[in-house]
Amino acid sequence: MTKYYLNYLDELESEAIFVLREVFAQFQNPVILFSGGKDSIVVTHLARKAFYPSKIPFALMHVDTGHNFPETIKFRDDLIKELGARLIVGSVQESIDQGRVAEEKGKNATRNALQTTTLLDAIESNKIDCAIGGGRRDEEKARAKERFFSHRDDFGQWDPKNQRPELWNLFNGKYFEGEHFRAFPISNWTEMDVWNYIKRENISIPSLYFAHEREVIWRNGSWIPNSEYLILDEREEIVTKKIRFRTLGDITITGGIESDADNLEKIVEEVAAMRHTERGNRADDKRSETAMEDRKRQGYF
Amino acid sequence: MTIDNNQLLRFTTAGSVDDGKSTLIGRLLYDSKSIFEDQIEAVENTSKKKGHEGVDLALFTDGLRDEREQGITIDVAYRYFTTPKRKFIIADTPGHIQYTRNMVTGASTANAAIILVDARHGVIEQTKRHAFIASLLQIPHIIVCINKMDLVEFNEDAYNKVIGQFEEFSSKLLVKDIRFIPISALLGDNVVNRSENMNWYQGAPLLATLETLHISSDTNKVDARFPVQTVLRPQSEGFIDYRGYAGRIASGVFRKGDEISVLPSGFTSKIKSIDTFDTELEEAFAPMSVSITLEDDIDISRGDMIVRSNNKPEALQDIEVMLCWLNNSPAKPRAKYAIRHTSNEQTAMIKEIIYKIDINTLERNAEDKEIAMNDICKVKIRTTKPIMIDSYRDNRATGSIILVDESTNETVAAGMVV
Repeated sequence: MTKYYLNYLDELESEAIFVLREVFAQFQNPVILFSGGKDSIVVTHLARKAFYPSKIPFALMHVDTGHNFPETIKFRDDLIKELGARLIVGSVQESIDQGRVAEEKGKNATRNALQTTTLLDAIESNKIDCAIGGGRRDEEKARAKERFFSHRDDFGQWDPKNQRPELWNLFNGKYFEGEHFRAFPISNWTEMDVWNYIKRENISIPSLYFAHEREVIWRNGSWIPNSEYLILDEREEIVTKKIRFRTLGDITITGGIESDADNLEKIVEEVAAMRHTERGNRADDKRSETAMEDRKRQGYF
Repeated sequence: MTIDNNQLLRFTTAGSVDDGKSTLIGRLLYDSKSIFEDQIEAVENTSKKKGHEGVDLALFTDGLRDEREQGITIDVAYRYFTTPKRKFIIADTPGHIQYTRNMVTGASTANAAIILVDARHGVIEQTKRHAFIASLLQIPHIIVCINKMDLVEFNEDAYNKVIGQFEEFSSKLLVKDIRFIPISALLGDNVVNRSENMNWYQGAPLLATLETLHISSDTNKVDARFPVQTVLRPQSEGFIDYRGYAGRIASGVFRKGDEISVLPSGFTSKIKSIDTFDTELEEAFAPMSVSITLEDDIDISRGDMIVRSNNKPEALQDIEVMLCWLNNSPAKPRAKYAIRHTSNEQTAMIKEIIYKIDINTLERNAEDKEIAMNDICKVKIRTTKPIMIDSYRDNRATGSIILVDESTNETVAAGMVV
């Protein structure tokens, strides 16, 4: 006999497809914010499913800090080609060159905070009214209160205390000129769900997620990859380790973990046994207890 | 890990800081090993800074800066945890009267509600309010946790007294499934692990209860309703004439070959195929997202609803609704609002306020005609065009509406069709 209920991954998938279709129906010019990380890859995969047999009706937008893993860029370009989608790149380097933002100074300088200006500029110049992100509520405490459809004012800012109530599956995407929305189709997914889904759907992801040998340094409690952008102090030492990344971002701040998980089965097993959150290796979240909320208010992802 | 049969259960927790709600959620996450070491570390640091002894479990659930400073939960926060039996989503909402709107929001998608009662104080106005909202939003399962049993010497009489009080007032509510569990969130009794202090309690602890609730009947599988979200017309090779109606089945089951009607036009046809990216299906049910093609070429667009021809919702322009007002600015009599019902949007007007409910006494008030933030009232609404309505009690998906004020674009009210 047929069972008339869904297992939880099917239910999450169906919910995400519903959200993506709502975005398409309610907005004029939505894009997927594509970082090359697993969450935005999953969102892109879901968009493909949501509109099949039509092509993905969204452009992919990449906010490029200029400090990339080369593997991520290649992955992005291959995927764009496969989907036949349009790529929009917002360049942090250009924002710096134009004097829109100034580079941070010192050893722990990153371009993380600078991305916000580039993102908002790209949203404005491309007349984007909804940016679809791979944000999940389990990632971080400020994100736990995000809506599926999240309003941004005409300065691109999030007002967490004055969010529109979101009931049932009735999403309100109405906005005034100059405002925009962020949409989060995988809000209700956890890191474990994302990995189980990648495995089930056999979704290709950048090789960086699998254990590999890499030159790294130990900084702020995780293995930071060696790159041309990294400034070492005299006590830091470059070593070669077998590592993999749990999240992918700017190469200067994305920490890896030591691991032997070189295939999806092993990754799922490893994640299930993890005792630290994935963002625990992200220097950007460690700046203060409310680092994520403060950046999100400004208009961050 | 097997994921094939694991279902998703969404539950809401209503209560104030004093009830120990945040402590309960913290306990549930902590004892089910759903909290990571770096989160525990962060909470230990904050607990120390604030001068608490040990780990303040409540800190696991407080999110935003203002809340952490004031020590209250001001918005709905979502939490996740998984056990080998189920995946859980918690909608954590504040319990004070001024946050009724957040409780309603959290309750709107929940399978179950946890209502916390302080064993020392028994059923108070707030308890009644929470139970009322749970019944108003038709949450299928209610679990009353009688908390702080440690402060009444784990006494069975204290527990029975609360049950008596609850049964007395809840007989007026529309609740299908209600259970009582004596717990101590602070010490962990009957949350994840069975209490050794209350051998007189023979029922299951809270987590085991949540893991075994029968939830697959929570979604209506009888009345087939398919609100069209968008039309897929690829016009690409192999799909030149493809015209798929994309949407998520709101309720019921659709099968290939079913005789269907398209509302509001009333045109009829048969289902030619039910498609997904992966495969073509023989049948599909709520809440699956699919794309449906029909035998005949009919003009269908977003906002239309496909239903089985022998079971149709009512097409109405005048509807009676239990309305919860969510906005700071009060309702404007006879003003126009955008009304959203499934994927359909129309213009609507509140024609009449029938009565308002005093949310503390649950008494009706037919005199007071002002609707302000957090008010719950029964109203008559008129829409510019008919909408395809089921009663909320029969169908949460097609019996719910929101109102949007187009001068601010804010969602100002949520309504349940009577």
